[in-house]
Amino acid sequence: MAYLDHAATTPILDEALEAYVATAREVGNPSSLHAAGRCARRKVEEARERVAAALGARPSEVIFTGGGTESDNLAVKGIYWARKGAAGRRPPRVVASAVEHHAVLDAVEWLERHEGARVTWLPVDDGGRLRPADLADTLDDDVALVTAMWANNEVGTVQPVAELAALAAARGVPLHTDAVQAVGQVPVDFAASGAAALTLTAHKLGGPFGVGALLLGRDVECTPLLHGGGQERDVRSGTLDAPGIVGFGVAVEAAVKAQQEFAARVGALRDDLVARVREVVPDALYNGHDDDRLAGNAHFSFPGCEGDALLLLLDAQGIACSTGSACSAGVAQPSHVLLAMGADDDRARSSLRFTLGHTSTPADVDALVAALPPAVERARRAGMNKSGR
Amino acid sequence: MSGGVDSAVAAARAADAGHDVTGVHLALARNPQTYRSGARGCCTLEDARDARRAADVIGIPFYVWDMAERFHDDVVDDFVAEYAAGRTPNPCLRCNEKIKFAAVLDRAVALGFDAVVTGHHARLGADGLLRRSVDSAKDQSYVLAVLTRAQLDRSMFPLGDSTKAQVRAEAAARGLAVAEKPDSHDICFIADGDTRKFLAERLGEAPGDIVEARTGAVVGEHRGAYAYTVGQRKGLNIGVPAPDGRPRYVLSITPKTNTVTVGPLDDLAVSTVAGDRPVWTGGPRPDGPVECEVQLRAHGAVVPAVVTLDPGRAMHAELREPVRGVAAGQALVAYRPDPLRGDVVLGSATIR
Repeated sequence: MAYLDHAATTPILDEALEAYVATAREVGNPSSLHAAGRCARRKVEEARERVAAALGARPSEVIFTGGGTESDNLAVKGIYWARKGAAGRRPPRVVASAVEHHAVLDAVEWLERHEGARVTWLPVDDGGRLRPADLADTLDDDVALVTAMWANNEVGTVQPVAELAALAAARGVPLHTDAVQAVGQVPVDFAASGAAALTLTAHKLGGPFGVGALLLGRDVECTPLLHGGGQERDVRSGTLDAPGIVGFGVAVEAAVKAQQEFAARVGALRDDLVARVREVVPDALYNGHDDDRLAGNAHFSFPGCEGDALLLLLDAQGIACSTGSACSAGVAQPSHVLLAMGADDDRARSSLRFTLGHTSTPADVDALVAALPPAVERARRAGMNKSGR
Repeated sequence: MSGGVDSAVAAARAADAGHDVTGVHLALARNPQTYRSGARGCCTLEDARDARRAADVIGIPFYVWDMAERFHDDVVDDFVAEYAAGRTPNPCLRCNEKIKFAAVLDRAVALGFDAVVTGHHARLGADGLLRRSVDSAKDQSYVLAVLTRAQLDRSMFPLGDSTKAQVRAEAAARGLAVAEKPDSHDICFIADGDTRKFLAERLGEAPGDIVEARTGAVVGEHRGAYAYTVGQRKGLNIGVPAPDGRPRYVLSITPKTNTVTVGPLDDLAVSTVAGDRPVWTGGPRPDGPVECEVQLRAHGAVVPAVVTLDPGRAMHAELREPVRGVAAGQALVAYRPDPLRGDVVLGSATIR
């Protein structure tokens, strides 16, 4: 099998798995006061220090959560609610990029529908990149929160987070950034970025499923979503997942340590993939940014093909990839990211994402390049399902 | 794979037979909440999950194909337009003709698949003849009779030799959780089963006369002729009693004048039926009359008849005994009786 969907999840690192299993064998709730509890607590705190050290944060700024979606929801809703009173009577505004992951997008839309939040969506250029000037233009005293991802999950575009955060900070507005795709692929330093909150998750960087963190500045007010114990700085409740957190800590440390080597090796592999895909399917359209891009990301539209049909055909040949866009009732919707980048409906529907990771090899690329042309030919014959939703 | 027991077992049998099987669930509602919700029938998110879980158990890939637009245009709109034209459509038949064995089949063939397998209860053997299921109560050959030779040649119905009870037992033995799922009966795109309300929302109120056939007298008013079906007796709301004091039935619907014509039971009986858009799959196209049996609505009675295909591309049936309540828009399906191997579908046409 050629696994080209590392942005969905990437294989767990051996050292993370071993650390996870070793911790899972031991009894002890990190909140318990006895020796077993203390032992678990110690491991959790060591993991916290590892995550903090790897990402330029203080240990007290690391709030362990159940993963990226929880961290995004906590940051968006929690910071909004905490600042709702401060901004006066009028419901405050949320400024969000138009290309956010659904974990942010849906949380923002929920605030709009249920809390009366006003929302300003920041546009992107045709490479998927935000322009800091657009943020500067819209920032005002009524903004509760800016949320802009570090790197896009579909097309891999890396955003100028530090510039955006500096603009927000100058107006006293906290900026949250979803760095789920970024950690381990590009340098991520929480303090240097100037962000008030940063989301990351373990399973995208070689850790286990179901655990992640929100890096939250000490002075950033955040209303909890979960109540019951206040284990994590009173911002997040719930028994700490000691094995998951330990595995997460090991994975973050390893991924950050290997980042440069990863970017060079995987980036070269990706460049090879892109060049060869263009060679075998000359009319393939490359989506995303040429330079400000994650090393592992390649994203194409194949004119005249449905992304869904290509995925099915490649899957049947043992090649795992993704259309990259969200599903509604299992039916792929045209990607909001590509539409925001100015693509038309057909181009958005005909897209496919290939993402490489730490286990990727040239053989994976060979397999894709061999299977792709007949798949494109067949998908083209099947045509575009004139279903235009 | 609808999420029901039949398609799950059909997929499992096809996979067991050595075919390279991929499960496909059709998303037919533009908005998944539009049609059914909860436990009632098909098209819900729960059904999609049930189908996916069945595919997992069988061990085959599974995808959802979005056919919402095609379904809306070819089945739902057609359903409404047929009622507006005074006919009584069968949407399951139309879905087979236009979606499952057309849009889905075409896409599948283009993608490299050889055939569409469904959980319909009908037999289709090596001789290429479509036959009734061994389970006469569950037989679905009537709604498949519209398929052409080319469509049948790329179809597989692995359940035709089994009763529904056997299918359920097999599903349970295979560990398919849908084994006990209730059958779906009603029209899948009418969420609450209220066809009259569904049509009224789309066609609006159009009051008109209810006319007595023999006297021509106006005996009542209706709010939309589309709400009536030939043979209908209940809900006519006629104030004036019939001259003979006997109950009256809908004899015909005339959209042009927006008139519903009623009369006594005897006037409902017909002994000749004509149909358009004929297909003939039971052998070479016949030159002369064919002695056979015909069925004139889903789950309707079967009567002996002589069927002729005329050069004007129409099918005529002379019924050996009169039949009541024959509605335009339903299918005229001709069968050759075969008690041993199952009655053979000879052909079909849409009743004029």
